[in-house]
Amino acid sequence: MNWTWFHKLGSPKWFYEISGRWLPWFAVAAVLLIGVGLVWGLAFAPPDYQQGNSFRIIYIHVPAAFLAQSCYVMLAVAGLVGLVWKMKLADVALQQAAPIGAWMTFIALLTGAIWGKPTWGTWWVWDARLTSMLILLFLYFGVIALGQAISNRDSAAKACAVLSIVGVVNIPIIKYSVDWWNSLHQPATFKITEKPAMPAEMWVPLLIMVLGFYCFFAAVLLMRMRLEVLKREARSSWVKAEVRAQVETLS
Amino acid sequence: MNPQRKKRLFIVLAILAGVGIAVALALSALQQNINLFYTPSQIAGGEAPKDTRIRAGGLVKEGSVKRSSDSLEVDFVVTDGAADVTIRYQGILPDLFREGQGIVALGRINQDGLLVADEVLAKHDENYMPPEVTQALEKSGMMKHYEGGKQQGYAQ
Repeated sequence: MNWTWFHKLGSPKWFYEISGRWLPWFAVAAVLLIGVGLVWGLAFAPPDYQQGNSFRIIYIHVPAAFLAQSCYVMLAVAGLVGLVWKMKLADVALQQAAPIGAWMTFIALLTGAIWGKPTWGTWWVWDARLTSMLILLFLYFGVIALGQAISNRDSAAKACAVLSIVGVVNIPIIKYSVDWWNSLHQPATFKITEKPAMPAEMWVPLLIMVLGFYCFFAAVLLMRMRLEVLKREARSSWVKAEVRAQVETLS
Repeated sequence: MNPQRKKRLFIVLAILAGVGIAVALALSALQQNINLFYTPSQIAGGEAPKDTRIRAGGLVKEGSVKRSSDSLEVDFVVTDGAADVTIRYQGILPDLFREGQGIVALGRINQDGLLVADEVLAKHDENYMPPEVTQALEKSGMMKHYEGGKQQGYAQ
């Protein structure tokens, strides 16, 4: 396997150039996929036989929950790369992804509560899935707070990396909470080994929404990382040249 | 990979494994407390604590719902296929409540073995379908078969 791309990530300048080329593609894909998925899911997908139209919140809830967990795994991978390979860009990725993940967790919890009231009869219940998801939100808060609280960049990076890696044990707990314990939250509708417990006209728009959310995440993350790279490398000559070029196109 | 990186990678993975094992032990020790509800079999087997508020969960037995004619009181039987628990509840039931539906009731078991609930929540399962599919299933008599499959989810 060719690892040159991985070692090239050590260069912020290379990252800035390559991410500038990828960014528009992710942005366009995110707008298209989320646009199509939302209209299809909210207007054209058939209602559920029991829940009627209230099930449509799944088109926000499930992509947000997927992304919230994937984002945390990404944080842990970035933390591992930062600790083992001492790559500065890993810390940039970790710090910039954490707030996006926290928002996604919040959206998943909020839409879940809104759906839970009419379906279950309660906004919140302390079952394993809901509680572990709340812990995920607090882990994100912890990573964000730790990154801001320590003024030395290298120490902050190390502390956040350790917290991200340790916190990743929560991810399998979230995933399997509905199988290991009796919970109010239903088990997964989608399993890799079985066909989904949902007809295609319902899950195709959901799949589109999930892909759209991932593209949205990639686009927002790249934008945030590019800004952070410029801030951190502000004294280098290529950043000065880049900023000068940007200012000139604006004026 | 150079030896120093290998060492650091090993340390990080060892920490992760340690934390993973610690959490797994803690969770298995707390197994009973994390379960949101007791199944009727567990209650029948005496696993549920007496004289305290507990949650019981299972499927509402077909034909067991008896509504009072002059109040909101309703009696129904919850089953997991192996054992039954009778629940008495006074109040408004969630929209999804019906026979064959999974529910979770919070309350106290009285001397007669009746669970007097002060909260009933509907549990939704992982299956979604359009209403036309349900009608087709009912017409062909497959709905019973499908509903029967759900009971296995509660029989542990």
